[in-house]
Order: sequence, then structure tokens, then C-alpha cells
Amino acid sequence: MRELTYTQALREALTEEMERDPNIILMGEDIGAYGGVFRVTEGLLARFGPERVRDTPISEAGFIGMGVGLAMTGKRPVPELMFMDFALVAADSIWNQAAKMRAMSGGRVKVPMVIRAQQGGGRGNGAQHSQSFEALFTHIPGFKVVLPATPADAKGLLKSALRDDNPVMFIEHKLLYNTKGPVPDGEYTIPLGVADVKREGSDLTIVSYSRQLLFALEAAETLQQEHGISAEVIDLRCTVPMDVATIVQSLRKTHRLLITHESHASCGVGAEIAMRVMETAFDELDAPIVRVAGLDVPIHVSKTLEEVVLPQPSAIVRGALRLMRG
Amino acid sequence: MSLPKDLLLSMYECMALIRAFEEACVQLYMEKEIRGSFHPCVGQEATAVGACFAINPDDYLTCTYRGHGACIAKGIDVNAAMAEMLGRKTGVSKGKGGSMHWTDPSIGLLGENAIVAAGVPIAAGAALSAQLDGNGRVALTIFGDGAINQGVFHEALNMAQLWKLPLILLCENNFYAEMTPLAKSNPLAQVADRAKGYNMRAVVVDGNDVCAVYEAVREAAQLARTGEGPTFIEARTYRLLGHMIGDSESYRTKEEVAAWRERDPIKRLRAHLAQAEGVTDAEFDAIHARVNRQIEAAVQFAKASPYPDPEEAYTDFWI
Ligand SMILES: Cc1ncc(C[n+]2csc(CCOP(=O)(O)OP(=O)(O)O)c2C)c(N)n1
Ligand SMILES: [Mg+2]
Repeated sequence: MRELTYTQALREALTEEMERDPNIILMGEDIGAYGGVFRVTEGLLARFGPERVRDTPISEAGFIGMGVGLAMTGKRPVPELMFMDFALVAADSIWNQAAKMRAMSGGRVKVPMVIRAQQGGGRGNGAQHSQSFEALFTHIPGFKVVLPATPADAKGLLKSALRDDNPVMFIEHKLLYNTKGPVPDGEYTIPLGVADVKREGSDLTIVSYSRQLLFALEAAETLQQEHGISAEVIDLRCTVPMDVATIVQSLRKTHRLLITHESHASCGVGAEIAMRVMETAFDELDAPIVRVAGLDVPIHVSKTLEEVVLPQPSAIVRGALRLMRG
Repeated sequence: MSLPKDLLLSMYECMALIRAFEEACVQLYMEKEIRGSFHPCVGQEATAVGACFAINPDDYLTCTYRGHGACIAKGIDVNAAMAEMLGRKTGVSKGKGGSMHWTDPSIGLLGENAIVAAGVPIAAGAALSAQLDGNGRVALTIFGDGAINQGVFHEALNMAQLWKLPLILLCENNFYAEMTPLAKSNPLAQVADRAKGYNMRAVVVDGNDVCAVYEAVREAAQLARTGEGPTFIEARTYRLLGHMIGDSESYRTKEEVAAWRERDPIKRLRAHLAQAEGVTDAEFDAIHARVNRQIEAAVQFAKASPYPDPEEAYTDFWI
């Protein structure tokens, strides 16, 4: 199979879907003439023109609010947040408007809008450019939340997101853009809300998503090589809808669960997964669930500090060993 | 006031309908039939009616929690609107939105909004949609004088002018934002000056003169449709009731309210119609009787309607 970077896979998804559906409109800061600061939209202005690849002023609240109006009138806007951190600037447009329009109108309108953003740390971008907000989007009802970890998933999930009639928060990771992986030729989509077993194993189940999924796979390899422990690694891929069934199915085999995500531990997606597993499969668990997540402090710049705040593969290995003893 | 008599009469009837609707709601609120928020637009009917009569049925509209007048003038079903006030299943939003979220895409109504200024970028988005489709539609957004101090208001004005969107920005300047007088919330000589910073065309009109509002919005719509971009209209008006039911109104004098009652837009139009068009008291009585019957029927319809079933908490959300 051919190999593409995560960036190329995303660009392919955008290109194919924009060819298919003239209502898809991209908008954001430096996405057109410059091609996007992470190059995802490179070449799209030349191909689709300035009406569909629209450079905007630095007005996240304004252009996402406009996205709501576009979506309510038949378009499929794809506003881009250059950094996820700026979602807080646009919070009203996102959570009071886009997320609620359909319910508040008793189903009379829909808001088929895909917000794209990249998030995450590991690059020394500091506390205002490294955050991960999937938990916010999971907590407040209204958005489907997608966090692809591989190029193939990035393409298939983005294509599905662009066809979904609900608001979708499509979350990329800044340190995944240059990663490479096999991407199938031709047309394919991946349904939203279906987890994927990325590595099979029998001793414990590790659930993760986005870039942390790569750390989980690395940790699983270490566990196998150095400790003879066989870890199954599940890529949740979406936090809304959340595919708990795939996790429970794995627990029927392993009976031990470790959840790892880069974002802060408190009230994070891990807490939600643990609760849902408790509710549906408590009897499957042979040991308390282990969580390996970001510290509850702002994300520092210096490498030595950032690596303390963000959970490294070694922390997953330590957590797994604790789980196996438990 | 040089508009055709028929148009004036239908605008008069619509203003009377809005007044009767709001007064009925005040009563229903006192009787605890209506719960939550209700912000009457009594006194501001001319702005709503003048503006919405000047655009087409398929043009877009966003407004605020004080938007009942605009929604009625745009053509919302009054029975469904009243049922919505009472939280009934037959309401415009099936009882899920209430007073502040009337939405009806079939008349171009993209929602009232409970967040100050949030309707402005949404209307700008609808205007962009119309521009992209080249369908000649315009978007009208109605907001208060308080909205001009919100961030998204500025962001939307900037983009609307930058991209020459077919957008009409109508500020209902009623001189108070909740309890705060205009002069205490911004340093402008007049609200319309906000548009200057965006190089946007701006006009000021008497918001209690339905014809002045109608003319201003019609001209703005014409410009918008022919690619001339947005217009900012400041319509000066006054809400004759409190910000919401139960407002002590300690921030304004009885004399001030009384002076504005003299300029009641419905009274004014009636005087004009009587003098200039020879409309008789009997004809006015007939209009008011019709309006009252319509509102009574709406209240009856709403009260007879069932509440939503508990299961409906989960519906009309995900697609
Ligand atoms: C963003 C936001 N802040 C505060 C409020 C609370 N609030 C509701 S109405 C209002 C006053 C708005 O005044 P104005 O825009 O002049 O409209 P009016 O009520 O006079 O029609 C305020 C502060 C709100 N709904 N939204
Ligand atoms: Mg006001």
C-alpha cells in the first residue's frame, strides 16, 4: 500500500470531498494563499478558488459564528482553528450556538459544520498553544469528536465528518502531521464512533487516541519485549460517539484496563471511559483501572518540564506493570 | 409617511398583533403559565415591523430574546409561537426553545438568540451563503444597543464590510442594556458611529416611525442585493415595559417613560392613518377585534396543547 503523511492524507480527504460536494467551504487564518501553517490546505486555493478556500481575519468567534449561519442555510463550512487553544476565544460560537441550534429549534435546523483544529504538546509551544480540549467537547453535548492517530484514519474519518449532518470537532495533533503510514488507494470512509484494535494482545487492554495512541503502541512493544506482557491497544478514534462496546469486548479477554491520554487527568475522557466500563462491565475487571494522563498543571515550555507534564511511553509501561501487579 | 395605504394598514395590524401578543404573554407570565425568561418588545413594534416588511419572505433574519415582534412580522405562526411560550409540544420548537429561541427556517428565521450579539455573525454567515449562491437574498440581523460592545459584533462587521456581504445590521437602540443607560456603556456620540471604524454605510432613523424604518431597510436591502455591501441602521426606540417581567425600573424616571408613551409607535401610525388616509374609528375597531380574536385563539390553542412527552428530551438533537 502507498504511504502518505498525516498531512497529505487530510489534504486528500478535503480535496476529494470538495470535488464531490460544492457546498463545502473552508475558512480560516492563512489557509488559502499561504496554504495553512501546517500545510494541510496547500494547493486548495488554486484548485477551488477564494470563495471556497477563504482567508479570514483573526476572528475565531466571528467566523465560526458565520459558519453556523452558513450551515443553517445549506452550506458545509469547515472553519479551522489554527491552534485548538483558540477554541476558548470562540467558545460562544462553538458551544452556545453550533452545539445547541438543532435542539433549541426542536429539530427545525441542522448545523453540518466541521471545525478542524490541531492540538497537543511535545513541541515546546507553551501553555497557550499546547492544550488538548477533547474533554470539553465531550462534556458539552452537541459535537461529534474525532481524533485520528494514523494517516489512514485521518483520511477516512475526515471524509465521514464532512458528510455528517451534525457539528463535528475534528481534532488533529501537531506532532502527527509529519508521521507516515499506509493509506488505501481509492474511495473509502471510516464511520464515526467505531474504535479500532490497533494491536492485539491478551494480558491487558490499553485504550488511547490521537498521538498518545502511538505512545501506547510503543509501550506495548516494550511490555512485550522486556516484560513478556501482551497488551491489546485500542484506538478509540472518537470520544463522541464513544465506542465502549469494543473496549468491553477486549476486557472479556484481558480483564485489565489502562487508559492513557495526553490531556489533563481531572475530568478527562479517561474518567468517563472508566465510569462507563464500571457501569457496563464491572464484573470483567480483575484489577482497578489505571489512568496515565497529563498532569493537572499548565503545559511548560522547557523540554524537561514538558516531559513531566505530558505522559511519556515510559509512564504507560510503569502504569501497565502496576496494573499487572494489582 | 408616503407609503401606500394598504401597506400602512397591514403594518398597523401587525404592530397591533405584536402588542396584543406581548400583553397576553405578560398576563400568562403572571399566571405562571410561562416560565423562565420573557423580554417584552412593547413600544418597539415599529422597528420590527418596518424592517421585516421591507425584506422578502425568503430573506434571512436573526434577532434577539426581544425578537417576538420581528418574528411575527416575518410571518411566524402565532399559534405555534404562543404554544412555544407555554412550553407545549405544538410550539415552533416543540417547547424546547421557549421565548428566546424561536426559529423557523421556512420563513428565513435563523433564530432569536439569548446571547447578546450572537445573532450578528450567524446572519453574516447566512449573507455569505446568499452571496455564494448568487440568489439575491439578504440577511437582516436585529440587535440591541448593548450588542455593539460585544466582540463578535465587531468581528462580524469587519468581515461583512471586507467581503461586501448582503447584510443589514439593525440596531434597536432603546437606550438601555438591561438596566445600564447607553451613555454609561460606550463613549460614542451616537450608536451608528460604530460603523465608521469599518468604513460601513450607516444611517440613523426614528425607530418609532414605521415608515422611516421601512424606507431605511428597503434602501439597505436594495444596496445589499446589488453588491453594495452592508448597511448599519440605528433605529431609536424605547421599550415601554421593563427589561423583563419583575424589573423594578429603578434606573429610569416615570416622566421619561411617560414622554415615550406619547410617542407610542402604534398611536402615531393610527393618528397618521386617521388624518392622512381617513381611516375611521370603526375600521380601527375592526382591526383590533380581529387581532384580539387571533390572540385569544392562540392562547386557547396553546393551553389546549399537550406538553412534550418525557422521551422527547432525547429527540431533535443528533441526526
Ligand atoms: C453575552 C451576554 N452577556 C450578558 C447577557 C445578559 N443580558 C441579557 S439582555 C442584556 C442587555 C442587552 O441590552 P441590549 O443589547 O441593549 O438589548 P435590549 O435588551 O435593550 O433589547 C444583558 C446584559 C447575555 N444574554 N449575553
Ligand atoms: Mg437596549
